[in-house]
Amino acid sequence: MSEELVRIDAVSKRFGKNGPIALTRLSASFFGGHVTGLAGPDGAGKTTLLRLIAGLLKADEGALDVCGHDTLRAQGDIKRDVAYMPQRFGLYEDLTVIENLHLYADLRSVTGGARTDTIERLLRFTALEPFTARLAGALSGGMKQKLGLACALIKKPRLLLLDEPSVGVDPISRRELWRMVYELVDQGIGVIWSTAYLDEAERCKTVLLLSEGKLIYQGAPETLTQSVAERTFLVADITGDKRAVLTRALDAPQVLDGVIQGDAVRLVLKEGEKAPNADVLQAGPAANVISTPPRFEDAFMARVGGGAKGASPFAGAPKHGADNDEIVVEADALTKRFGDFTAADRISFAVRRGEIFGLIGPNGAGKSTTFKMLCGLLKPSAGAARVAGLDLAKAPGKARARLGYMAQKFSLYGDLSVRQNLNFFAGVYGLSNAARKGAIARMIETFDLESYLNTNAGSLPLGYKQRLALACAVMHDPDVLFLDEPTSGVDPRTRREFWGHINAMVSRGVTIMVTTHFLDEAEYCDRMALIYRGRAITSGAPDALKRRAASSKNQNPTLEDAFIALVEDFDRKEAA
Amino acid sequence: MWGRLKALIVKELLASARDPQTRWVVLFSPPFLLLIYAFAITQEVKNVSIAVYNQDVGIEARELISRFEGSPTFENIVYLDSTQAISRAIDSKQAIMAIQIGADFSRLLAAGKPADVQLVLDGRRSNAAQIVQGYAVQIVANFNAELAREKLPPPTAVIARAWFNPNFEPLWFAVPALFAVLTAVVGFMVSALTVARERELGTFEQLLVSPLQPVEIMVGKTVPALIIALASATAMLALGWLVLGVPFRGSLILLYGSMTVFLTSIIGIGLFISSLASNQQQAVIGLFIYMMPAVLLSGYATPIENMPDWLQWLTETNPITHFIFICKGVFMKDIPASVIFAHTWPMALIAAFTLSAGAWLFRRRLA
Repeated sequence: MSEELVRIDAVSKRFGKNGPIALTRLSASFFGGHVTGLAGPDGAGKTTLLRLIAGLLKADEGALDVCGHDTLRAQGDIKRDVAYMPQRFGLYEDLTVIENLHLYADLRSVTGGARTDTIERLLRFTALEPFTARLAGALSGGMKQKLGLACALIKKPRLLLLDEPSVGVDPISRRELWRMVYELVDQGIGVIWSTAYLDEAERCKTVLLLSEGKLIYQGAPETLTQSVAERTFLVADITGDKRAVLTRALDAPQVLDGVIQGDAVRLVLKEGEKAPNADVLQAGPAANVISTPPRFEDAFMARVGGGAKGASPFAGAPKHGADNDEIVVEADALTKRFGDFTAADRISFAVRRGEIFGLIGPNGAGKSTTFKMLCGLLKPSAGAARVAGLDLAKAPGKARARLGYMAQKFSLYGDLSVRQNLNFFAGVYGLSNAARKGAIARMIETFDLESYLNTNAGSLPLGYKQRLALACAVMHDPDVLFLDEPTSGVDPRTRREFWGHINAMVSRGVTIMVTTHFLDEAEYCDRMALIYRGRAITSGAPDALKRRAASSKNQNPTLEDAFIALVEDFDRKEAA
Repeated sequence: MWGRLKALIVKELLASARDPQTRWVVLFSPPFLLLIYAFAITQEVKNVSIAVYNQDVGIEARELISRFEGSPTFENIVYLDSTQAISRAIDSKQAIMAIQIGADFSRLLAAGKPADVQLVLDGRRSNAAQIVQGYAVQIVANFNAELAREKLPPPTAVIARAWFNPNFEPLWFAVPALFAVLTAVVGFMVSALTVARERELGTFEQLLVSPLQPVEIMVGKTVPALIIALASATAMLALGWLVLGVPFRGSLILLYGSMTVFLTSIIGIGLFISSLASNQQQAVIGLFIYMMPAVLLSGYATPIENMPDWLQWLTETNPITHFIFICKGVFMKDIPASVIFAHTWPMALIAAFTLSAGAWLFRRRLA
């Protein structure tokens, strides 16, 4: 084993006397020479732990030993040995790339020839050489992170702390970040990479799983993954409704956890149980249940005791006529220009009733622009966006009354109580008195909000916040629900619960439009469009995209592999 | 449409009432500030120290000095013994004014000749010094008059009488103007932060994807701000009348009518700033940039008549100028409705302009 860089001994941290507890008697070790993943949902205590290690916070109890120094007594030594890259790296957005580098070199007293060499090497390392004169504020999310990393590496540290470096970074840039981090590890630097994504934690040599300030697992990810070996199955070749199959599977006593994975349903069984029969799941004549290698997330779910059971309270008879061919959302040669720059270029697609349609793509590729035009937040320069047959430009009020919208940050009024939030959104959507009372009562019952009615929305637990946001978005019974990065930074359990509600709504004929960075989430989509350089370069079912990207080298690509392959393929064709 | 508007207005009022910060900033701090400022910002000079350097030994010099000693304005009198001591006393701010009486003062007076008294004033504190000078001149004039009476028949006396404020009560003068400025501050605070805060929290997008029209959002933001600012103004009004004892001689109805127009114009400006800003910080900076000159050039601190012509013309576009005029008018005297109206329609024009500019900006930021 390589040297121990960080030893944490029963550390507790609480913000304010009665404030939230960030860490509870946490003990752990971090070693040099490899990447340690620090995984957990938002609010698990990842940033607090990193800041404690960097000597930026003082622990209430316990001791931290970093590179042989006590974090409180030897701050100077810590600063020399540890590089910390916060979530939003402190880049000066009004300075150019090279000016930022020079500034950090000055701050770290790297001068003379050493400085020229270092900056040159870092620019090569991060492939930012062509952009030295560009303002940091004008860089894409991925390039900002690379520049941030370069600034943190001006003086070679022994330990590098990265706080959620992959947030807001598309899969291609993320892969490059990983390549760079592996290179650093080869030079002997210890790296701690914090993330809310479990697929990312899986790539680390060892991983610490945090949940609500407590350590729930420490060790190699494979060890945890192997704890559910032989217990993971795919229900493939389903005829009919895969979401109904999932609901039935979750009701089966031997199933611990289940998710949609492309065209199939992925199941994790309880220990010592046998897989349910495809007939029991009513998955259709061609269906079969096959064993599949376990993933880290499966093991995580098994460790926390599985996801929510049973059907979502949203389930019920279809509210609309069974006309599933009706086009509910339509992008018709949607174009948006900002000055000379074309953010979206003649994007067209149509989404039928009861479909989940995803928009995916790298940052700045036009995905958000397209999404915003479709829900009326942006006016298209040319082309039309139609919702339920209504043109958003011609009948904005009417069209908007037919759509629901839920943003990433759960746009609720934090100072209003749950009931007041519900009242407000019912009022804004113009529900009449009787309809309003009915809708609010239904939402309270459906989402089990009764006990929180007088609680301020801002102080709700995360899961309930998500429920309330969803309730507010669907109270007026919309035809389409727009979800903007709905579960980023949310733990896998809450995410499953959320998609349980969404699946139930879909089965009732609601159409879902979703943008996401998180390609595991994209697996829930029926179809998706890949937006790149302002164009919809391809669209189709997740599994179809994966098949298209399959090669002799990688026969079973993940959606992320497919994403990268398709984008690179497009670049090659453009270049030719 | 009414249902949607009502929902917006109720939400806005609830949010303000439930947020402890807003509650403090909007409802409690303005009356509190009114109390503090009313006593702090006053033109009256009391409790100052002066110095006396008397080189004369005669009875007339003693007599004059005793008049200064007897005045309630001068709390403390320092007696000096050299010319150098005068400059030290002024320099160290020990005294705001030094009186020097020459060695021949009594002799000249006895001989029936004019005698001089020198006043040395601290020009660094020019306002207070001027007022102190005024008191000193008054005392010397009274002294002269009595001296003259002993020898000649009494000369023509000036009897001054201040209308509307017979005792020159500084509070009566300060409170109406302060009331106008603080009402404006509340209107600004409530309106300028509201859109920026929602944008920061992400709830603004939620409003934009709802069937609400930009105009409805505008109205839904203006009305609650108006209600809150009017409530705060009422509290200040009651405080001024009941606690500070400032008279209110005009018509309450006219005051509230013109105040509604005034606040609408203020809120229009606030919403305009708010829709320009992308976060609360920018909104606060924008507000500050506007408010500083708007208050300074409103006639609150310095008379508008003293400003250059082109600037006087510019102050016509400042709603605070008009409202200070109205407030002074209805507090201290009962100005007629026609005068109030003459100052209300310019504010209505400003309101129409700023509100439509705000709505236009709303829509433009959508595109």
